[in-house]
Amino acid sequence: MEELDVEPAITNIPAASDGKHLGFAWGPGDILAYETLYMAPGSGCSFIHEVRKDEDIYSPILRKLFNESHHIFVGLQTIREDLPSKNKKTQFVSISKNYRSVIRACMEELQQVAETLHPYMKTSVLVLQVSILLAIELIWNLCEVLFIDAAPAGPLLLHLLDWVRLHKGDVDEKAREVLQSESPAEHHDYWDVVVSYVLQGRFEEARQMLVKQATLQPAARNMYKLMDTLLSKMPFYNPGGTQTLTEFDVKWRHWHEEVDRCLQDNSFASNQHLEIICKILVGDEDTLLEHKELLSTWYHFLVTRLLFCHPTVKPTELHYYAQSCMTMFLDLRSVPEPLDSILLAAFEFDIHQVIKDCSIALNNWWFVAHLTDLLDHCKLLQSHNLHFGSNLREFLLLEYASGLFTHHSLWQLAVDYFDNCPEFGHVYLELQIERVPLDTERKALKVLRICEQRQMSEQVRSICKIMAMRALRNNRLGSALSWSIRAKDAAFATLISERFLQDYCARGTFSDLDLIDNLGPAMLLSDRLTFLVKYREFHKLYEENRFSEAAKLLLSLITAKIAPRSFWMTLLTDALPLLEQKEVSHNLFVFSSDKLIVKRLPFSLFTSLCSQN
Amino acid sequence: MCRTDRVPTAGILWLALVVIMFVARSIAADHKDLIHDVSYDFHGRRMATCSSDQSVKVWDRSENGEWHCTASWKTHSGSVWRVTWAHPEFGQVLASCSFDRTAAVWEEIVGESNDKQRGLSHWIKRTTLVDSRTSVTDVKFAPKHMGLMLTTCSADGVVRIYEAPDVMNLSQWSLQHEISCKLSCSCISWNPSSSRAHPPMFAVGSDDSNVTYGGKVQIYEYNENTRKYAKAETLMTVTDAVHDIAFAPNLGRSFHVLAIATKDVRIFKLVPMRSDRKESTSTGPTKLEVQIVAQFDNHNSQVWRVSWNITSTLLASSGDDGCVRLWKANYMDNWKCTGILKGDGSPLTSSSGQPTAMSTIVGSSVQTSQNALNGMSAGRYFFPPLDPPRAGTRYGHLLPPSSLIEHCDAEPIQPQQALPYRLSSRALLPLPEAEGQ
Repeated sequence: MEELDVEPAITNIPAASDGKHLGFAWGPGDILAYETLYMAPGSGCSFIHEVRKDEDIYSPILRKLFNESHHIFVGLQTIREDLPSKNKKTQFVSISKNYRSVIRACMEELQQVAETLHPYMKTSVLVLQVSILLAIELIWNLCEVLFIDAAPAGPLLLHLLDWVRLHKGDVDEKAREVLQSESPAEHHDYWDVVVSYVLQGRFEEARQMLVKQATLQPAARNMYKLMDTLLSKMPFYNPGGTQTLTEFDVKWRHWHEEVDRCLQDNSFASNQHLEIICKILVGDEDTLLEHKELLSTWYHFLVTRLLFCHPTVKPTELHYYAQSCMTMFLDLRSVPEPLDSILLAAFEFDIHQVIKDCSIALNNWWFVAHLTDLLDHCKLLQSHNLHFGSNLREFLLLEYASGLFTHHSLWQLAVDYFDNCPEFGHVYLELQIERVPLDTERKALKVLRICEQRQMSEQVRSICKIMAMRALRNNRLGSALSWSIRAKDAAFATLISERFLQDYCARGTFSDLDLIDNLGPAMLLSDRLTFLVKYREFHKLYEENRFSEAAKLLLSLITAKIAPRSFWMTLLTDALPLLEQKEVSHNLFVFSSDKLIVKRLPFSLFTSLCSQN
Repeated sequence: MCRTDRVPTAGILWLALVVIMFVARSIAADHKDLIHDVSYDFHGRRMATCSSDQSVKVWDRSENGEWHCTASWKTHSGSVWRVTWAHPEFGQVLASCSFDRTAAVWEEIVGESNDKQRGLSHWIKRTTLVDSRTSVTDVKFAPKHMGLMLTTCSADGVVRIYEAPDVMNLSQWSLQHEISCKLSCSCISWNPSSSRAHPPMFAVGSDDSNVTYGGKVQIYEYNENTRKYAKAETLMTVTDAVHDIAFAPNLGRSFHVLAIATKDVRIFKLVPMRSDRKESTSTGPTKLEVQIVAQFDNHNSQVWRVSWNITSTLLASSGDDGCVRLWKANYMDNWKCTGILKGDGSPLTSSSGQPTAMSTIVGSSVQTSQNALNGMSAGRYFFPPLDPPRAGTRYGHLLPPSSLIEHCDAEPIQPQQALPYRLSSRALLPLPEAEGQ
């Protein structure tokens, strides 16, 4: 198949087109573009244009699709490898159906919204989204039948019939209209409905409709009766039954001959409508093609043709019929749409072509990523290694998840996708998660938890450091301290402790007492922090009038040499009131009998202290 | 010649996706002259712009995605070529470089509360780096694991590496290294790899157009023993003027990927030669095996900028064809153009300082932008609508590009006189420290 993707998409920017350059800057979810000139004098308009891709994620309804499919995806990843393959197949089919029902729900919601909107909007945005979802669901359903369920000859046709019926729902709408009219049998759409039912193999409904006509024409009663018998006798393969495919085939041939006989007998010659139905039943190609309007698509034509000509079609024969039906159905001049090519590739069992064409046609990673992941779990993809050692499944999941990461809340879903990409998921997550804006402490904690759970130590450190720096810049010392403790950033903790001490010197009080009093072993992160905590402890003891303990602590602070030089003066001043208290000073000097504190202090400081007194 | 326009074998999946984009909004930057650089901060919530009008502006993105100018100030006495953000671990710090032969470091200080209410912020100059004797053509912060380091390169062929030893005191920067590249420098890029296996490394490009001077891209690597940068490699095949250079994020790979903007776009793979390092631990720079991965001349002539997205899955380039092109690789390492941004020939006009004129533009543009803002882009894919939406046509509606215009509220800067522009190669001056050999 020829490449569909030769031409890159062009995005027009409202800027000069010639003689100017277009500058740009990458953002997390967009590109900024601006008019400029490199290496030449000149002037330009100074507009900056924000150019976005992955616009789907900004649609609130599609967001539900992303959210709900995420659950299904996570569930699929946990299916155990060691299950017997038959059980697994049932599970995969049911997962596939879950994905499809999410698409359906989303589609219905979009349609509901579309109905409430102004006609202008209706034709543009939502209709397009709905049609894309419809196409996605149509392709997915076919892939489910052909690849995941992999139905053999016999059941295959039944599945294909279901597929066509599901996606050609307008018959029921029309039938409702006809039946609700005063005289259904005389409604101008009556025969269209009957023929449509027959084309879809819905004989029960067709017969019920025919009864209405028969009662109106008592003269033609036998003819209607004959048609009713033909319709009721058409054999359908029963997958649950005991009948073998050969037995079914014999039975079907019998029926087919009977229909053919009726046609030869001219049994329906007097009623052109019944004659047409009879010709359809016998699988007459010309008659079928005369009903293009009712069939509306080549793949409906294909399934109808199989129903009446080759009901025991094998999967391997499908591509032959598909190709010929498409050629017969489409005008010679009309070029197949991308959707036609994708469905044809599916009928040809060319999974890679399906994925490839979908990737190109849809500009949407959601579908290809999830479908490919499911097919990969079904072991249907031979591994196509990418140049960086990853496979197709991972390539698509990485692209999809990277897109999610540009959204302010959907990024959290992306984490699970990255987690399930063994090759590059971790690196991608590292690169993406550090770009998540840390708007609030809560969001920062959320991001942090994700990083911690995955042992992403560098990202953990960096996030804490960013938060600590931000808090410090805003003079929120307590927050800055706790973030730098989380970051295990000793240098920064020292710096903040110093700020605390400076603040104390300036104002005489401590801020963030709760934090400082409850640091526990975290205070050992840096000497200065330890000093801060101990010094605060001293104040607490002093306030509680536990002077002797306070004095002991103060002494140890002075002797342990962890106090910053600039703080020595303060420590000694703090010692003065204690020295004035008799019992304490006694104790103090008992404890330090052989090492007077003053001895440990530089002479200059001692003299300045004395002169102050 | 584009090496990669053919896919080798049929049946192999070619995964170059067409990247379809749309203009979400247009921002009236209100610079009085040409914008030279726009730079996002690390989290994509702020941007800085610089211009020939000698000013830098800082913009903040609000909750609803709109951009507001929160600071605008004169930074240099010549065209400001580049502006770049430091990693947020170091606070809110910007560096700019200019034709006026200096680079400068700016720090945002948390302002008075009434400033915050007015949506303004204060940036103060922490230092001016005046060592260059010619126009400073590029300025980049080193990867954060190296600390707060700033690199400049200038038309006199010198790369200078400065360090702020105390991240709380950005007024102190010491010149750590001065590396002579012998050729007028136009651009530098740090290798972002923080792997212990990779010593600090940067690439410098020269826009000297004399092809006889040899390779225009030099790779320098830090040597632990000598504590100096030494040249590890010269890309001898790149002989034409180089205008920009960009290392890709490493992704944990053993090799490095480097994109170069010269007369075409080139992507190189630099593979460190392992065996060489083992036998002589850090006596000399790592030998690099240079492989060309892709080369595109789609821009027709000179390419001016190259830059990678966060995960290096896309490379963007800007060239003389007036387009920004996006490049993407498939698993065969085949690169392909997947998207183009192109001026449509109808630039928006703003009459700066006249709010009435601005609001007119806003009014007329809102309607057309509505579709794009609501999520579907122009020319997006076109499945024929299936059953229910029968009203639809076979093709997606082509929506006009949107232009939601945000006006910059900060005080306008007085228009400047026409400025001299960057000169290309200049006489090279001898240097005190020449580490480049």
